[in-house]
Amino acid sequence: MALLSVEELSVTFTAKGRKDATAVDGVSFDVDQGQVVGLVGESGCGKSVTSLALMGLLPNKGVKIGGRAVFDGQDLLSMSPRKLRDMRGSKLAMIFQDPLSSLNPVVPIGVQVTEILERHRGLKGEAARKEAAHLLDRVGIPDPSRRLKEYPHQLSGGMRQRALIAMAVACAPRLLIADEPTTALDVTIQAQILELLKELVDQEGTALLMITHDLGVVAGICDQVNVLYAGRAVESAGRRELFAHPTHPYAHGLLGSIPRLDAPRGEPLSPIRGSINDRIAWADGCAFAPRCDRYTMECLTGTPELTEPRAAGHQVRCVNPVLPKSKAEVSA
Amino acid sequence: MAGRSRIDARKKGACGVLRLVVRRLLQLIPTLLGLSVLLFLWLNRLPGGPASAILGERATEAEVARINRALGLDQPVYIQYWRFLKRIFELDLGTSTQTGQPVWDEFATRFPATVELSIVAILIAIVVGIPLGYLAAKRRGGWVDVASVSGSLIGICIPVFFLALILKGIFAVQLHWFPSYGRLTTGMDATDVTGFAVLDGLLTGEFDASLDAVHHLILPAIALSSIPLAVIVRMTRASVLEVLGEDYVRTAESKGLEKRTVRGRHVLRNALLPVVTAVGLLTGSLLSGAVLTESVFSFNGIGNFIRTSIDARDYPVLVGFILFIAMVYVLINLLVDLAYSIIDPRVRVH
Amino acid sequence: MTKKADKVDRLAELMQTSESTSGASLWREAMRRLRASKMAIIGAVIIALFVVLAIVGPWIAPFSPSAQTWRGEVFANKGEFVGARSGNWFGLDHLGRDMFSRILVGARQTLMVGVVSMLIGLIVGALVGVLSGAAATLGGRTGQRIDTVVMRFTDIMLSLPSLLLAVSIAAVMGQSLTTVMIAVGVVQIPIFARLLRGSMLVQGSSDYVLAAKALGIRKKRIVLTQILPNSLSPVIVQATLSLATAIIEAAALSYLGLGNPDPAIPEWGVMLAQAERFFDNEPMMAAYPAIGIIITALGFTLLGEAMREALDPKLRG
Repeated sequence: MALLSVEELSVTFTAKGRKDATAVDGVSFDVDQGQVVGLVGESGCGKSVTSLALMGLLPNKGVKIGGRAVFDGQDLLSMSPRKLRDMRGSKLAMIFQDPLSSLNPVVPIGVQVTEILERHRGLKGEAARKEAAHLLDRVGIPDPSRRLKEYPHQLSGGMRQRALIAMAVACAPRLLIADEPTTALDVTIQAQILELLKELVDQEGTALLMITHDLGVVAGICDQVNVLYAGRAVESAGRRELFAHPTHPYAHGLLGSIPRLDAPRGEPLSPIRGSINDRIAWADGCAFAPRCDRYTMECLTGTPELTEPRAAGHQVRCVNPVLPKSKAEVSA
Repeated sequence: MAGRSRIDARKKGACGVLRLVVRRLLQLIPTLLGLSVLLFLWLNRLPGGPASAILGERATEAEVARINRALGLDQPVYIQYWRFLKRIFELDLGTSTQTGQPVWDEFATRFPATVELSIVAILIAIVVGIPLGYLAAKRRGGWVDVASVSGSLIGICIPVFFLALILKGIFAVQLHWFPSYGRLTTGMDATDVTGFAVLDGLLTGEFDASLDAVHHLILPAIALSSIPLAVIVRMTRASVLEVLGEDYVRTAESKGLEKRTVRGRHVLRNALLPVVTAVGLLTGSLLSGAVLTESVFSFNGIGNFIRTSIDARDYPVLVGFILFIAMVYVLINLLVDLAYSIIDPRVRVH
Repeated sequence: MTKKADKVDRLAELMQTSESTSGASLWREAMRRLRASKMAIIGAVIIALFVVLAIVGPWIAPFSPSAQTWRGEVFANKGEFVGARSGNWFGLDHLGRDMFSRILVGARQTLMVGVVSMLIGLIVGALVGVLSGAAATLGGRTGQRIDTVVMRFTDIMLSLPSLLLAVSIAAVMGQSLTTVMIAVGVVQIPIFARLLRGSMLVQGSSDYVLAAKALGIRKKRIVLTQILPNSLSPVIVQATLSLATAIIEAAALSYLGLGNPDPAIPEWGVMLAQAERFFDNEPMMAAYPAIGIIITALGFTLLGEAMREALDPKLRG
């Protein structure tokens, strides 16, 4: 059985005097023990909201959450706040995008690490401090006992993200959610952080849910990939399968938007036109249709179903997928 | 290596604070000089000039001439200004035309009363305002929020002296719960040590005097606290709302910390930073309020003295007071800056 | 061919229903939020009523505000007053004048005190602020120096409690309503100056100004046509809030005995100050003008705060 099984998760923001905005619209995916699963999509596709919903970090008011998210046999979405609070940080941890704003500026790093040890592992005083230093050491922060006394603004960007990772893995969680953990960092640091995450996952058998818009990150670390568009998964496959045969026009377009060194010289990139705001409601048809070169009248009649047109386990939500025989047609 | 850089860091911190103090004190100099010029000009512009200010409006010309000579007003303006400055540096603010006493002494004897009143008022504002502002932000749109926001808006709109009159009318005159005037009940045998009535009682063991002084303080302090309270509630609310949306609060929540840890260490510790600054800036309005409140309750502090000085056109007192207030205000804001640099590590190092 | 057109039409139709991307300008957006705000509506209604009262008050007042018609019935020194009764709905004051008429007539004076004080602060403050802001934005060593000197000066004024500054101004000028208006207005000058300067500096460092500079538009022109108009919204908010403070501070100055001693021209602040002496015997004499002041000040404060919220880009969702 999967460690985390998300079924038909939906998140709708409701505000007085405004139209309801559905950010996540029926997302389903699984994360197995020790597996690295990617949620990929443009900003605004609902990937971050999905992670916040799983952690129970969305505000109580003005948000409607539907579906189920079974983690370790319990539904996270219907769990009591008290129980979820016990679980967060111990069995379920998260790393955020911007390491500077995610650290409390007026509290020393040490306190921010020890507080989680006190809360979930009952460590106090010197024992907690020792363990915190050990954790910082483990995530590759040199001179940890000095760093514990410092404040976030005294650390470099990479160090801050390492400190946040140290907090997230402090209680050896079973699932780690990383929301764009490398986006705010320099390229060289990005690689270091990814390497660190990979190492931690391999050593501890922690499952990792990697949320990113960066296909490079996906290629580097993920076992299984879910491509999200407008709050719904449009394609789901293993990493190799997806990169070899992107089948949904959106996934196909995403991969086509990346400059490649091994592509023939002079061949133009094939960007996806428009933005995620050019969309229609899933209930009316395929939300991607307005940006899609392949859409037909059929795309505009109701939500397309998930099918496996190419290979078993490679799910695609498209009535007119990019299949080998139609490749000529696309490039024409 | 590590040890050395740690010492460096600490030394840098202490140096930072010291440098801040020195810089602030240096900034004080042009401000006070500018103020002294304004006051000097003002004093010379007073109806009839300083002479009639000292002698009153019925002075004869001969007397005015004599005073002018005595004050050196027949000298060039820059020499007059230089003397004015010298007197200020010697803390010689002149003589009150009402009491015939040096203005400085009059302030010194009355200042403790005003400080006492202001401290109690600001304490009321802080103790009530911060929790209320926090609750209002936390339950945004709920009844606590609506009540405290509308309450603070109304609080800002009620003239302080009218509020003081109402409080006095209801709780002192009608219900007799509190005394309606003064700092101590007449006939109360209290030893004066520091000028702070409550403190004196505690120091000398005359606890009944302390209690009596507190009893006298309550109504004026409540009236005086109305504006600071309104400001602190709104400030705290806005600040907490902002901090609640910060990423680090989300991080704290994602760590599954206890609610009170999130509230104390992550929300309030950050949210109260701007409130500390606001409290410093409130000193000015507190002193204005003290002039009004003290005169309603005949509370014998600086405020009440100023009220009578306005009536009596006692200019030396008014000039001295403005200078005095400016110094107090600047010094309090210096203290607030220092407090800020201690609680906010980002300021400390830079 | 028709099929393709159908396809496009159908898509356009669905996109229309799903999302309407609003490209409303800052001001239109602010107005929309303002209309939706209860605070703004209540504030605007109060202000409208007050302005109407100030216009028609003197005409509909049943009695002359200075006619001591019922002098024989009121003995203020013995604590005998005439309360509300038919004909004199708010009762009589200490000189036997009809309080209701005085409140009606006083509205105009009170509005005038508020508006004139605010305008003094706004106009002078805005001039100082523009000078300083433009100097700082145009840059150069002279510009910086002008800015520093002006801001030091406003610092000095701000370091004084406003009421005491007003008292000292009033002390030079003697007792009158003009004094009160000038005193209250002068106190507002540094507030407006700082606000406009700060706002101009923020605008001056924004990307569109950089773009204008890059296009080679003259700096002075940028300041006048781009920076200044975009810096005005906080000043407008402050002007609304200042009307409230001006009315309250004017009342405080009257209470300190610096207000208008002329009994023929009623003004709420002065009426409130005069009523203090009789508060223990006839609190209603103070209550009527006080309630008038509180409600009016509340109206301006509500509208000002609502405007501030509507213009705050941080709160825009």
